[in-house]
Amino acid sequence: MHSFGYRANALLTFSVTALAFICAIASFSDKFSNQNPSAEIQILNINRLKKQSYGNDEVSLTLDISADLQSLFTWNTKQVFAFVAAEYESPMNSLNQVSLWDVIIPDKEHAKFRIQTSNKYRFIDQGHNLRGKEFNLTLHWHVMPKTGKMLADKIVMPGYSLPDAYK
Amino acid sequence: MGWIGETVDSIKSIKIRQLLTQAITLGMIVTSALIIWKALMCVTGTESPVVVVLSGSMEPGFKRGDILFLHMTKEPIRAGEIVVFNVDGRDIPIVHRAIKVHERENTGHVDVLTKGDNNDVDDIGLYADGQFWLHRHHIMGRAVGFLPYVGWVTIIMSEKPIIKYILIGALGLLVITSKD
Repeated sequence: MHSFGYRANALLTFSVTALAFICAIASFSDKFSNQNPSAEIQILNINRLKKQSYGNDEVSLTLDISADLQSLFTWNTKQVFAFVAAEYESPMNSLNQVSLWDVIIPDKEHAKFRIQTSNKYRFIDQGHNLRGKEFNLTLHWHVMPKTGKMLADKIVMPGYSLPDAYK
Repeated sequence: MGWIGETVDSIKSIKIRQLLTQAITLGMIVTSALIIWKALMCVTGTESPVVVVLSGSMEPGFKRGDILFLHMTKEPIRAGEIVVFNVDGRDIPIVHRAIKVHERENTGHVDVLTKGDNNDVDDIGLYADGQFWLHRHHIMGRAVGFLPYVGWVTIIMSEKPIIKYILIGALGLLVITSKD
Protein backbone atom coordinates (compact mmCIF):
# COMPACT_ATOMS: atom_id res chain seq x y z
CA MET A 1 0.00 0.00 0.00
CA HIS A 2 2.90 2.31 0.52
CA SER A 3 5.21 1.28 -2.28
CA PHE A 4 6.64 3.76 -4.74
CA GLY A 5 4.38 2.43 -7.49
CA TYR A 6 1.16 3.03 -5.58
CA ARG A 7 2.19 6.48 -4.51
CA ALA A 8 3.24 7.49 -8.01
CA ASN A 9 -0.06 6.18 -9.39
CA ALA A 10 -2.15 8.04 -6.80
CA LEU A 11 -0.20 11.24 -7.41
CA LEU A 12 -0.60 11.01 -11.16
CA THR A 13 -4.34 10.31 -10.99
CA PHE A 14 -4.91 13.15 -8.59
CA SER A 15 -2.91 15.68 -10.58
CA VAL A 16 -4.63 14.78 -13.86
CA THR A 17 -8.06 15.07 -12.23
CA ALA A 18 -7.15 18.40 -10.63
CA LEU A 19 -5.83 19.77 -13.94
CA ALA A 20 -8.96 18.69 -15.79
CA PHE A 21 -11.10 20.36 -13.13
CA ILE A 22 -9.13 23.62 -13.38
CA CYS A 23 -9.43 23.65 -17.18
CA ALA A 24 -13.20 23.13 -16.91
CA ILE A 25 -13.55 25.99 -14.43
CA ALA A 26 -11.41 28.28 -16.59
CA SER A 27 -13.67 27.57 -19.53
CA PHE A 28 -16.80 28.04 -17.42
CA SER A 29 -15.62 31.46 -16.24
CA ASP A 30 -15.91 32.68 -19.84
CA LYS A 31 -19.70 32.56 -19.47
CA PHE A 32 -19.62 35.50 -17.06
CA SER A 33 -17.78 37.95 -19.27
CA ASN A 34 -19.72 40.93 -20.55
CA GLN A 35 -19.25 41.29 -24.27
CA ASN A 36 -20.18 44.25 -26.42
CA PRO A 37 -18.14 44.39 -29.60
CA SER A 38 -18.83 46.92 -32.34
CA ALA A 39 -17.89 47.28 -35.97
CA GLU A 40 -18.43 49.37 -39.06
CA ILE A 41 -17.57 48.60 -42.66
CA GLN A 42 -17.60 50.90 -45.64
CA ILE A 43 -16.95 50.00 -49.23
CA LEU A 44 -14.48 52.54 -50.50
CA ASN A 45 -14.46 51.37 -54.08
CA ILE A 46 -15.58 48.56 -56.33
CA ASN A 47 -12.43 48.03 -58.35
CA ARG A 48 -13.58 45.41 -60.88
CA LEU A 49 -16.70 43.40 -61.57
CA LYS A 50 -15.99 40.98 -64.37
CA LYS A 51 -16.92 37.63 -65.81
CA GLN A 52 -14.16 35.05 -65.72
CA SER A 53 -13.35 32.87 -68.67
CA TYR A 54 -15.11 29.95 -66.87
CA GLY A 55 -18.31 31.95 -66.69
CA ASN A 56 -18.22 32.89 -63.00
CA ASP A 57 -18.48 36.50 -61.84
CA GLU A 58 -15.64 37.97 -59.86
CA VAL A 59 -15.53 41.18 -57.82
CA SER A 60 -12.58 43.08 -56.47
CA LEU A 61 -13.29 45.77 -53.90
CA THR A 62 -11.60 47.98 -51.34
CA LEU A 63 -13.01 48.06 -47.84
CA ASP A 64 -12.63 50.34 -44.84
CA ILE A 65 -13.12 48.17 -41.75
CA SER A 66 -13.16 49.54 -38.22
CA ALA A 67 -13.96 47.44 -35.18
CA ASP A 68 -13.64 47.35 -31.43
CA LEU A 69 -13.40 43.76 -30.19
CA GLN A 70 -11.64 44.51 -26.91
CA SER A 71 -14.52 43.33 -24.73
CA LEU A 72 -14.17 39.80 -26.12
CA PHE A 73 -10.83 39.22 -24.39
CA THR A 74 -10.90 37.44 -21.04
CA TRP A 75 -8.05 35.99 -19.00
CA ASN A 76 -8.77 32.64 -20.73
CA THR A 77 -8.49 34.02 -24.28
CA LYS A 78 -5.58 32.98 -26.46
CA GLN A 79 -6.58 34.82 -29.62
CA VAL A 80 -9.59 36.08 -31.55
CA PHE A 81 -9.94 35.17 -35.21
CA ALA A 82 -12.03 37.79 -37.00
CA PHE A 83 -13.13 37.81 -40.61
CA VAL A 84 -15.41 39.76 -42.92
CA ALA A 85 -17.67 37.72 -45.20
CA ALA A 86 -19.96 38.84 -47.99
CA GLU A 87 -23.28 37.00 -47.72
CA TYR A 88 -25.92 36.92 -50.43
CA GLU A 89 -28.51 34.78 -52.20
CA SER A 90 -28.53 33.63 -55.76
CA PRO A 91 -31.06 31.69 -57.86
CA MET A 92 -29.15 28.42 -57.46
CA ASN A 93 -27.99 28.90 -53.86
CA SER A 94 -30.05 29.86 -50.83
CA LEU A 95 -26.89 31.13 -49.12
CA ASN A 96 -23.43 32.11 -50.28
CA GLN A 97 -20.77 33.13 -47.80
CA VAL A 98 -17.45 34.34 -49.17
CA SER A 99 -14.70 35.38 -46.78
CA LEU A 100 -13.08 38.60 -48.01
CA TRP A 101 -10.57 39.37 -45.30
CA ASP A 102 -9.43 37.93 -41.99
CA VAL A 103 -7.10 38.72 -39.13
CA ILE A 104 -5.74 36.98 -36.07
CA ILE A 105 -5.91 39.23 -33.01
CA PRO A 106 -3.43 38.01 -30.42
CA ASP A 107 -4.26 40.38 -27.54
CA LYS A 108 -6.50 43.13 -26.31
CA GLU A 109 -4.28 45.98 -27.53
CA HIS A 110 -4.68 44.89 -31.15
CA ALA A 111 -8.42 44.38 -30.85
CA LYS A 112 -9.41 47.94 -31.65
CA PHE A 113 -8.42 48.72 -35.19
CA ARG A 114 -9.21 50.45 -38.43
CA ILE A 115 -7.89 49.17 -41.71
CA GLN A 116 -8.32 49.96 -45.37
CA THR A 117 -7.65 47.02 -47.62
CA SER A 118 -8.65 45.34 -50.81
CA ASN A 119 -10.15 41.88 -50.44
CA LYS A 120 -7.62 39.29 -49.32
CA TYR A 121 -9.52 36.38 -50.85
CA ARG A 122 -11.16 36.35 -54.26
CA PHE A 123 -14.85 37.08 -54.30
CA ILE A 124 -16.08 34.62 -56.92
CA ASP A 125 -19.68 33.57 -57.47
CA GLN A 126 -20.92 30.13 -58.55
CA GLY A 127 -22.43 31.51 -61.73
CA HIS A 128 -22.91 35.03 -63.01
CA ASN A 129 -25.35 36.54 -60.54
CA LEU A 130 -23.40 39.46 -59.14
CA ARG A 131 -24.55 42.36 -61.29
CA GLY A 132 -26.73 44.63 -59.19
CA LYS A 133 -26.57 42.11 -56.33
CA GLU A 134 -27.44 43.26 -52.82
CA PHE A 135 -25.41 41.65 -50.09
CA ASN A 136 -24.60 41.79 -46.37
CA LEU A 137 -21.13 42.26 -44.98
CA THR A 138 -20.85 40.31 -41.78
CA LEU A 139 -18.01 40.59 -39.30
CA HIS A 140 -17.60 37.17 -37.66
CA TRP A 141 -15.33 36.43 -34.74
CA HIS A 142 -14.15 33.18 -33.19
CA VAL A 143 -12.71 33.36 -29.70
CA MET A 144 -10.08 30.66 -29.19
CA PRO A 145 -9.51 30.02 -25.48
CA LYS A 146 -6.35 28.98 -23.69
CA THR A 147 -8.35 25.92 -22.73
CA GLY A 148 -11.96 24.83 -23.19
CA LYS A 149 -14.97 25.77 -25.25
CA MET A 150 -14.67 28.02 -28.30
CA LEU A 151 -17.17 30.80 -28.87
CA ALA A 152 -18.29 32.41 -32.08
CA ASP A 153 -20.64 35.24 -32.97
CA LYS A 154 -21.14 37.91 -35.60
CA ILE A 155 -22.46 41.37 -36.51
CA VAL A 156 -24.50 41.51 -39.71
CA MET A 157 -24.38 44.74 -41.69
CA PRO A 158 -26.88 44.72 -44.54
CA GLY A 159 -27.42 47.12 -47.36
CA TYR A 160 -24.40 46.89 -49.65
CA SER A 161 -24.75 46.42 -53.38
CA LEU A 162 -22.75 45.86 -56.52
CA PRO A 163 -22.98 47.84 -59.77
CA ASP A 164 -25.51 46.82 -62.40
CA ALA A 165 -22.99 46.32 -65.18
CA TYR A 166 -19.56 44.78 -65.59
CA LYS A 167 -16.69 47.20 -65.20
CA MET B 1 19.53 -8.02 -8.24
CA GLY B 2 17.25 -8.88 -5.31
CA TRP B 3 14.38 -7.18 -7.15
CA ILE B 4 14.76 -9.51 -10.12
CA GLY B 5 14.75 -12.52 -7.77
CA GLU B 6 11.56 -11.28 -6.13
CA THR B 7 9.88 -10.79 -9.51
CA VAL B 8 10.76 -14.29 -10.69
CA ASP B 9 9.48 -15.73 -7.38
CA SER B 10 6.18 -13.91 -7.59
CA ILE B 11 5.69 -15.08 -11.20
CA LYS B 12 6.31 -18.69 -10.11
CA SER B 13 3.83 -18.42 -7.25
CA ILE B 14 0.83 -17.26 -9.27
CA LYS B 15 -2.22 -19.40 -8.85
CA ILE B 16 -4.54 -20.09 -11.77
CA ARG B 17 -7.67 -18.67 -10.11
CA GLN B 18 -5.88 -15.45 -9.19
CA LEU B 19 -4.58 -15.13 -12.75
CA LEU B 20 -8.05 -15.61 -14.20
CA THR B 21 -9.53 -13.02 -11.83
CA GLN B 22 -6.89 -10.53 -12.86
CA ALA B 23 -7.48 -11.28 -16.54
CA ILE B 24 -11.21 -10.71 -16.14
CA THR B 25 -10.64 -7.45 -14.25
CA LEU B 26 -8.40 -6.25 -17.05
CA GLY B 27 -11.02 -7.27 -19.60
CA MET B 28 -13.67 -5.32 -17.68
CA ILE B 29 -11.52 -2.20 -17.65
CA VAL B 30 -10.84 -2.41 -21.39
CA THR B 31 -14.53 -3.04 -22.12
CA SER B 32 -15.67 -0.08 -20.00
CA ALA B 33 -13.24 2.16 -21.84
CA LEU B 34 -14.66 0.94 -25.15
CA ILE B 35 -18.24 1.54 -23.95
CA ILE B 36 -17.37 5.10 -22.93
CA TRP B 37 -15.71 5.73 -26.30
CA LYS B 38 -18.70 4.43 -28.27
CA ALA B 39 -21.10 6.45 -26.11
CA LEU B 40 -19.02 9.57 -26.84
CA MET B 41 -19.29 8.80 -30.54
CA CYS B 42 -23.08 8.67 -30.21
CA VAL B 43 -23.37 11.87 -28.20
CA THR B 44 -21.11 13.95 -30.41
CA GLY B 45 -22.36 12.53 -33.70
CA THR B 46 -18.92 11.95 -35.11
CA GLU B 47 -16.67 8.96 -35.66
CA SER B 48 -13.82 10.40 -33.68
CA PRO B 49 -14.92 12.75 -30.92
CA VAL B 50 -11.34 13.70 -30.10
CA VAL B 51 -8.54 14.43 -32.57
CA VAL B 52 -4.92 15.45 -32.15
CA VAL B 53 -3.57 18.42 -34.13
CA LEU B 54 -0.67 17.13 -36.24
CA SER B 55 0.53 20.15 -38.22
CA GLY B 56 1.22 23.82 -37.65
CA SER B 57 -1.24 25.06 -40.25
CA MET B 58 -3.60 26.54 -37.67
CA GLU B 59 -1.02 28.32 -35.54
CA PRO B 60 -0.99 30.30 -33.36
CA GLY B 61 -4.43 29.07 -32.38
CA PHE B 62 -3.78 25.32 -32.49
CA LYS B 63 -0.29 23.97 -32.15
CA ARG B 64 0.95 20.49 -32.90
CA GLY B 65 0.06 18.27 -29.95
CA ASP B 66 -3.16 20.00 -28.92
CA ILE B 67 -6.37 18.02 -28.82
CA LEU B 68 -9.70 19.12 -30.24
CA PHE B 69 -13.17 18.03 -29.18
CA LEU B 70 -15.48 17.54 -32.14
CA HIS B 71 -19.22 17.72 -32.51
CA MET B 72 -21.39 17.16 -35.54
CA THR B 73 -25.00 18.21 -35.98
CA LYS B 74 -27.37 18.32 -38.92
CA GLU B 75 -26.93 22.10 -39.07
CA PRO B 76 -25.27 23.13 -42.32
CA ILE B 77 -21.63 24.19 -42.30
CA ARG B 78 -21.13 27.95 -42.10
CA ALA B 79 -18.13 30.14 -42.88
CA GLY B 80 -15.66 30.51 -40.03
CA GLU B 81 -16.30 27.12 -38.49
CA ILE B 82 -13.26 24.97 -37.86
CA VAL B 83 -13.91 21.64 -39.54
CA VAL B 84 -12.07 18.36 -39.53
CA PHE B 85 -12.21 16.57 -42.85
CA ASN B 86 -10.81 13.62 -44.77
CA VAL B 87 -9.78 13.91 -48.38
CA ASP B 88 -10.76 10.90 -50.55
CA GLY B 89 -7.90 8.47 -50.59
CA ARG B 90 -6.04 9.86 -47.57
CA ASP B 91 -6.66 8.81 -44.01
CA ILE B 92 -5.05 11.62 -42.08
CA PRO B 93 -7.77 14.09 -41.06
CA ILE B 94 -7.09 17.79 -41.62
CA VAL B 95 -8.23 20.57 -39.30
CA HIS B 96 -8.84 23.86 -41.13
CA ARG B 97 -11.35 26.71 -41.24
CA ALA B 98 -14.19 27.06 -43.77
CA ILE B 99 -13.74 30.31 -45.68
CA LYS B 100 -16.31 29.91 -48.45
CA VAL B 101 -19.72 28.26 -48.26
CA HIS B 102 -22.31 27.87 -51.02
CA GLU B 103 -25.56 26.22 -49.98
CA ARG B 104 -28.00 24.97 -52.61
CA GLU B 105 -31.62 25.98 -52.56
CA ASN B 106 -33.94 23.04 -51.78
CA THR B 107 -31.45 20.20 -51.35
CA GLY B 108 -29.38 21.90 -48.66
CA HIS B 109 -26.23 20.50 -50.27
CA VAL B 110 -23.18 22.64 -49.40
CA ASP B 111 -19.93 23.35 -51.20
CA VAL B 112 -17.19 24.33 -48.75
CA LEU B 113 -13.71 25.71 -49.31
CA THR B 114 -11.26 25.57 -46.41
CA LYS B 115 -7.95 27.16 -45.50
CA GLY B 116 -5.54 26.84 -42.62
CA ASP B 117 -5.16 30.06 -40.62
CA ASN B 118 -1.38 29.89 -40.91
CA ASN B 119 -1.34 29.01 -44.62
CA ASP B 120 -1.13 31.59 -47.39
CA VAL B 121 -3.30 29.72 -49.85
CA ASP B 122 -6.58 27.86 -49.57
CA ASP B 123 -6.81 24.08 -49.54
CA ILE B 124 -7.56 23.45 -53.23
CA GLY B 125 -4.09 21.90 -53.49
CA LEU B 126 -4.97 19.40 -50.74
CA TYR B 127 -8.21 18.16 -52.28
CA ALA B 128 -8.28 15.27 -54.73
CA ASP B 129 -7.56 15.98 -58.42
CA GLY B 130 -10.46 17.74 -60.04
CA GLN B 131 -12.13 18.44 -56.70
CA PHE B 132 -12.80 22.11 -55.95
CA TRP B 133 -15.13 21.89 -52.97
CA LEU B 134 -15.65 19.82 -49.86
CA HIS B 135 -19.04 18.26 -49.28
CA ARG B 136 -20.91 17.13 -46.20
CA HIS B 137 -19.64 13.56 -46.39
CA HIS B 138 -15.99 14.64 -46.28
CA ILE B 139 -16.46 16.47 -42.99
CA MET B 140 -16.10 14.51 -39.76
CA GLY B 141 -17.05 17.25 -37.34
CA ARG B 142 -16.68 20.80 -36.13
CA ALA B 143 -14.16 21.69 -33.44
CA VAL B 144 -15.98 23.01 -30.37
CA GLY B 145 -13.41 22.73 -27.60
CA PHE B 146 -9.71 22.42 -27.10
CA LEU B 147 -7.04 21.31 -24.64
CA PRO B 148 -3.38 22.22 -25.11
CA TYR B 149 -0.41 19.81 -25.04
CA VAL B 150 -2.38 16.66 -24.08
CA GLY B 151 -2.06 15.18 -27.58
CA TRP B 152 1.73 14.84 -27.40
CA VAL B 153 1.31 11.42 -25.78
CA THR B 154 -0.46 10.15 -28.92
CA ILE B 155 2.03 11.76 -31.27
CA ILE B 156 5.01 10.26 -29.45
CA MET B 157 3.39 6.84 -29.36
CA SER B 158 2.64 6.81 -33.07
CA GLU B 159 5.96 8.25 -34.21
CA LYS B 160 8.14 6.10 -32.00
CA PRO B 161 6.21 2.83 -31.65
CA ILE B 162 8.96 1.40 -29.45
CA ILE B 163 7.68 3.61 -26.62
CA LYS B 164 4.21 2.09 -27.01
CA TYR B 165 5.65 -1.42 -26.64
CA ILE B 166 7.75 -0.43 -23.63
CA LEU B 167 4.70 1.11 -21.95
CA ILE B 168 2.45 -1.89 -22.58
CA GLY B 169 5.22 -4.28 -21.52
CA ALA B 170 5.75 -2.38 -18.27
CA LEU B 171 2.01 -2.27 -17.57
CA GLY B 172 1.75 -6.01 -18.23
CA LEU B 173 4.60 -6.71 -15.86
CA LEU B 174 3.01 -4.52 -13.19
CA VAL B 175 -0.31 -6.36 -13.49
CA ILE B 176 1.30 -9.79 -13.25
CA THR B 177 3.56 -9.03 -10.33
CA SER B 178 1.12 -7.05 -8.18
CA LYS B 179 0.35 -8.84 -4.96
CA ASP B 180 -3.43 -8.38 -5.03
